[in-house]
Amino acid sequence: MNENAQVIEVEGLRKSFGEFTAVDGLSLQVPEGTVLGLLGPNGAGKTTTVSILSTALRPDGGRATVCGFDVVSSAKRVRELIGFAGQFAAVDPNLTGRENLTLIGRLSRVARGEAKSRAAELLTDFGLVTAADRLVRTYSGGMRRRLDLAAALLHYPPVLFLDEPTAGLDPESRLGLWSSIRDLARQGTTVLLTTQYLDEADALADEIVIINSGKAVDSGTPAQLKARFGTVVFTLGFATQPDAARAEQILKAAGHQPDLEGGGGERDIMIRSGSGSGEVATILRALDGRVPDPVTVAVQEPTLDDVFLSRTGGGTP
Amino acid sequence: MNAIYDTVDVAGRNLRTLVRTPQALVFAAVQPVIFVLLFRYVFGGAIHVTGVNYVDYLMPGIFAQAVAFGAIGTAVGLSADLKSGLLVRFRTLPMARIAVLGGRTLADLARNLLVVIVMVGVGFAVGFRTSHGAAALVAALGLVVLFAYALSWLFAALGLRFSEPEAAQAAAVPIMFLLVFTSSAFVPAGSMPGWLQAIGSHQPVNALITAERDLLLGGPAAHDVLVSVAWSVGILIVFAALAARGYARMGR
Repeated sequence: MNENAQVIEVEGLRKSFGEFTAVDGLSLQVPEGTVLGLLGPNGAGKTTTVSILSTALRPDGGRATVCGFDVVSSAKRVRELIGFAGQFAAVDPNLTGRENLTLIGRLSRVARGEAKSRAAELLTDFGLVTAADRLVRTYSGGMRRRLDLAAALLHYPPVLFLDEPTAGLDPESRLGLWSSIRDLARQGTTVLLTTQYLDEADALADEIVIINSGKAVDSGTPAQLKARFGTVVFTLGFATQPDAARAEQILKAAGHQPDLEGGGGERDIMIRSGSGSGEVATILRALDGRVPDPVTVAVQEPTLDDVFLSRTGGGTP
Repeated sequence: MNAIYDTVDVAGRNLRTLVRTPQALVFAAVQPVIFVLLFRYVFGGAIHVTGVNYVDYLMPGIFAQAVAFGAIGTAVGLSADLKSGLLVRFRTLPMARIAVLGGRTLADLARNLLVVIVMVGVGFAVGFRTSHGAAALVAALGLVVLFAYALSWLFAALGLRFSEPEAAQAAAVPIMFLLVFTSSAFVPAGSMPGWLQAIGSHQPVNALITAERDLLLGGPAAHDVLVSVAWSVGILIVFAALAARGYARMGR
């Protein structure tokens, strides 16, 4: 990768709050037009990192640049280039959606007329047209989050920081927000987002950096990480016990690792897989026509817990 | 130029918010009206001030009390913005830094002007009169508004230290109670014990009320007006600097 194509560069970043070290020598790079997922549990230093990158916090040490501008010494220039949506929907509950966007637009150096038309455009894009002139205090959590993301986009920022954009959202709102973020990435926006959820990083990120205690503990594409740490668990439920026993034999012969006991019931088989949820296809193909079809199929994706337990040597459950 | 636009935009936002949270407006405007009615008609009969009608004595105190209590809203509002994450968002925008506090205090200035005008109306309705002309009244109200503006910077500095609006309010209310009730706002200081008089007569609310009474009731005003202006300007300079520093340090 060409050095100039790195839009976000972080080198040895450090930040402490009193005795507590939130970020401890973190380094990472985000190439232009890609999405980086910063994945970690609560207290890992994710919020502190994006706060520093978006100029809301000053680092104690190390260096971070956005489009080549230092986030401390050229903070003002950086602010013109970034959009930031924090962990809590930071919109004014006593303004309408439209007023919030127009205000943030004005404060983002967008001319008044343009701020208004851009606000209208974003309200449409984020499905908030009918609620546009209602006070935000009447919005649902999902609507507030959408408005919050829209508020980060008034000035067409080429770089976007999102801190746990879907925390606490219902599944439908979550999917909606995912698709908005994907659209932005497709249009060329460079995105750094934090998340606690592996599925979210998987769905959105080109590259994932796993952090714990303020340090990067691993990085790679979602596929690489899952292959390295994740164990997908399939559970196939059959109509009868003999069907299940027969299926177990077939799968063993085919090189999978079926476990009839582990399925919990006499008719369920549990299969652990290190190669991702794609394995379900080969499992079903192996069984096809040789036993009656399973009546239930459940797939449990690897969780962040699995990744961390693997990473710290605890093994998967 | 941008700093001015941003300040006006933020002030506009705060005024809208104020209008839409009626409890804040009620606290700012209705509460001093209740004080007027209480002291004019309930306690007033028992309070004797030599040489003046009690209502004429009371109203300068009420003007000061109204803006002093209203200023608490600055601390509560800023603290609410801190809690909601709005201040963090503002920090990431290419806006002028000073606009967050400048806009807040500008909106408070507008609110205080409104409150003072309402209170003058209420005062005239309950029998308040000044025989020293419109210029003296305008000068007295100017002192009140200047003091109110200085106070809103004091409470801005305070509000930035609390990320819970309730905590900000709990910290702000006792300060204002102490200053208002040890002053001669409602009763002549002569009726208080000596040690309390000593405290009460050397503080900014009392200085303001003394200067107002000089202007409105007649008396050698120059010295007292100067003292009040000095308090207000001093508070303004010190606390504007502290508030600006507090805002700049939020990211440390």
